[in-house]
Amino acid sequence: MRLNCPLCGERDRREFYYMGHADYLNRPSEGAAPDAWDAYLHLRDNPAGLTRDLWFHEMGCSAWLVVERNTVTHEILSTTLATDVKEAGE
Amino acid sequence: MAKLIAKPALETGMPFAAGDAQLSMPDLGCLTSIAPFDGALAAVAASLMAAHGLGFPEPSKMTVAENAQCIWWGRGQAMLVGPAVDDGLAKHAALTDQSDGWVAFLLDGAGSTEVLSRLTPIDMRLSVFPDGHTARTQLGHMMASITRTGAQQFRIMVFRSMVQTALHELQGAMKAVAAQS
Repeated sequence: MRLNCPLCGERDRREFYYMGHADYLNRPSEGAAPDAWDAYLHLRDNPAGLTRDLWFHEMGCSAWLVVERNTVTHEILSTTLATDVKEAGE
Repeated sequence: MAKLIAKPALETGMPFAAGDAQLSMPDLGCLTSIAPFDGALAAVAASLMAAHGLGFPEPSKMTVAENAQCIWWGRGQAMLVGPAVDDGLAKHAALTDQSDGWVAFLLDGAGSTEVLSRLTPIDMRLSVFPDGHTARTQLGHMMASITRTGAQQFRIMVFRSMVQTALHELQGAMKAVAAQS
């Protein structure tokens, strides 16, 4: 498996650390209802197909990436800097 | 304040040669990481040019002046190598002296690309990784900064605390390449 880091180019999976679903980018605001925190921390879909998750280029440029991939075909569809995703307000 | 005596990172083992590769440990002078504040990249680039004659490097590149280099060091960060950093940059970027935190090896010779290929997961060939290119990647299991400084020459930088391991890995790869050529 190889991920195309937007800064470094195509790199081996060994250089990355896997964090979890990209839901982690949408942290509930302070004082949010317990339900929102419960969903943020614990509730995840388990899709057969398209998923978006966060990877950290730990042994490379130290950027967080949002990776879109297909869990069935193992195809990597896109890699974007997490900062760009946040700024675009996705 | 008392003047402390600087100790070398390695007491023995340098320089080392095997086959067509030579390993040495150059003294690079000061190392200062430059992390531009939000939106201050243009100001940092201008100050860097005015003070040190260097551009702020694009990702995977190194910029070079007569007595200084600036190596891309990751997202939003570059490392100034050589002179002490100009204080004027502190207005636009977070500056951290890392001179004692890193060591540099110089890997030289016709076999250098082959040696590095055994230790890093990226393509180090001259056609793909030309002069002045740099990468943050792995050297064995260590995080490293690897820069090509010549057609047959690389500068490999690792945490100073890992210098013995890095030497061990490099020597092993150099001996293995030499044994097969």
